[in-house]
Amino acid sequence: MTMIYGTSARRILVIAAFLTVSILGCNNGGTAKNDASSTGAAKADAAPSQVELLNVSYDPTRELWRQVNERFVVAYRNQAAREVTIKQSHGGSGSQARAVIDGLEADVVTLAIWSDIDAIRKAGLIADDWQQRLPHDSLPYFSTIVLVVRKGNPHEIKDWSDLVRPDVAIITPSPKTSGNGKLSFLAAWGSIVRRGGSEAEARDFVTELYRHTPVLDTGARAATNTFAQKGIGDVHLTWENEAVLEVAESGGQLQIVYPPISIRAEPFVALVDANVDRKSTRDVAEAYLKFLYTPEAQQVIAENGYRPIEPDVLSQHSEKFPELELFEIAEIAAGWAEANDKFFAEGGVFDQIYESRAE
Amino acid sequence: MTTSTINRRVLPGFRLSLGYTVAWLGFLVVVPLAGCLVKAASLPFDRFWGAVWTARARAAYAFTLTSSFASAWINVVLGLIVAWVLVRYEFPGKRWLDSLVDLPFALPTAVAGLVYSQLYVENGWLGQFLVPLGIKAAYSRLAVVLVLTFIGFPFVVRTLQPVLESLDAEIEDAAFLLGATRWQTFRRVLLPALVPAMITGFALSFARAMGEYGSVVFVSGNMPFKTEIAPVLIVARLEEFAYAEATAIAVVLLAMSIGMLLLVNLLELWSKRSHV
Repeated sequence: MTMIYGTSARRILVIAAFLTVSILGCNNGGTAKNDASSTGAAKADAAPSQVELLNVSYDPTRELWRQVNERFVVAYRNQAAREVTIKQSHGGSGSQARAVIDGLEADVVTLAIWSDIDAIRKAGLIADDWQQRLPHDSLPYFSTIVLVVRKGNPHEIKDWSDLVRPDVAIITPSPKTSGNGKLSFLAAWGSIVRRGGSEAEARDFVTELYRHTPVLDTGARAATNTFAQKGIGDVHLTWENEAVLEVAESGGQLQIVYPPISIRAEPFVALVDANVDRKSTRDVAEAYLKFLYTPEAQQVIAENGYRPIEPDVLSQHSEKFPELELFEIAEIAAGWAEANDKFFAEGGVFDQIYESRAE
Repeated sequence: MTTSTINRRVLPGFRLSLGYTVAWLGFLVVVPLAGCLVKAASLPFDRFWGAVWTARARAAYAFTLTSSFASAWINVVLGLIVAWVLVRYEFPGKRWLDSLVDLPFALPTAVAGLVYSQLYVENGWLGQFLVPLGIKAAYSRLAVVLVLTFIGFPFVVRTLQPVLESLDAEIEDAAFLLGATRWQTFRRVLLPALVPAMITGFALSFARAMGEYGSVVFVSGNMPFKTEIAPVLIVARLEEFAYAEATAIAVVLLAMSIGMLLLVNLLELWSKRSHV
């Protein structure tokens, strides 16, 4: 109920902002801007050297973007002699996509899952060819799902099949509400079918896996908190970058286990055409996204535990990113659209796990 | 007739203030709710029904209703005792305690959820004693009832306090002099006067619990068919970009809340009539 108030209220707020703006007659475009940016907008008319971007991203990337943004501000000052400020917004990948569709004025989106960016494209805000506009299909880095265990790995977890032993409890967020949750599910599924198992076997495996899951948090950070702070569960299935952070902060209480095989997680980036054209920020937004592929940004990406897309930077950090077999979504489903329908939609494979248990 | 004339004169600008009230109520309450209904009405009936009446949704409604109901009952009992103590006794620190009652209003509910789950897990402050006894007050149904009780607590206390304050202590003396035992005095003299306020407090805390999301997601574990509340289903449907289906579930919750309010108004009416 509260959520619905939320989305309706957001529309109402946008309408209210429109009304206020048009009544005051102070804005030619009549766009509802953030209150913080109103002074910036006035300045922008007077001195076009000042510009502001909004990067709408997913949950665990706060630290990454803060560091990348600092570097870009300096680089852009040197390159274009313009001052840019970049704001960040974080949350569940799906809800961030909805916010942009509902009017959040993102210049660029950097989301966890391809289908979340594609949902914005479907809403007409991003051009159809968005993936062709940047190197490597608009993918500046990739990641995967790894296993985090407690000190000394007492349950001797080495591979996916170890997760369903009787005394092992798993922590991972719900695939219904979390990108991390979806990728964990798909990694587990793929660990069976990519090694020659049948779909029926994969289904049995994930069913068993979620029987070992005592808590389904709604987001990646909440699950990290459940595992690391509250001490619940024996294995945490999470993003590699989140695992690096979690282990570093645990003071030796946790360690990472790399399974032999996992999913290749691809958080794509795109500029939001409708918004950059209205705000006249296209050139800055393009420069920002291209900056992500420079050696400087690729280094920052690697330092934060994300696997850089440029092979030479990746190989410099090879001790940090052990090799494992990474399969793509296309190798276990026709694509994200099909994966969502088949696994996570109402009545899909994930729901059936619990429905069969309830009977 | 006379009272309404007086009221108009006490506050100047009756029309203006009424217009203002109606406009804001419309803006803040009616328009969003109407938007909710319109969105849900865009679904054909079979899809609406398919969205709101799955086995999983039914389990979530049942869990939301029963846990809200249980927490509201606990609050009525606890709230009566606390209100009684705060009104009838003088003791050091009373004001401090009194203002503490409002804390659940002020605290972000997500914070409450985090703190509760942190306390009651196996290695938490309280959990380390309770879990060995078999009391699991984190990631269980009990946990949800606990936080809902916390969230709804001030409603009962704050509705009972003024009523208790207005009760004349002499009435109790009179009952005692007329030969009533303590229990009879409570049962026949005090309770009837308190029942309407207790019903209001119950309803407020119940309604508050039904709509609670922030704290519950942190303590419940969100297990389908077990500890999943209906608002979590709404979020899950939104993640699939299924706005209309999500709104449909919201409409069901809305209908439950309105039904609850109606029932409470009827109860209050009935309790007032039967005691006048």
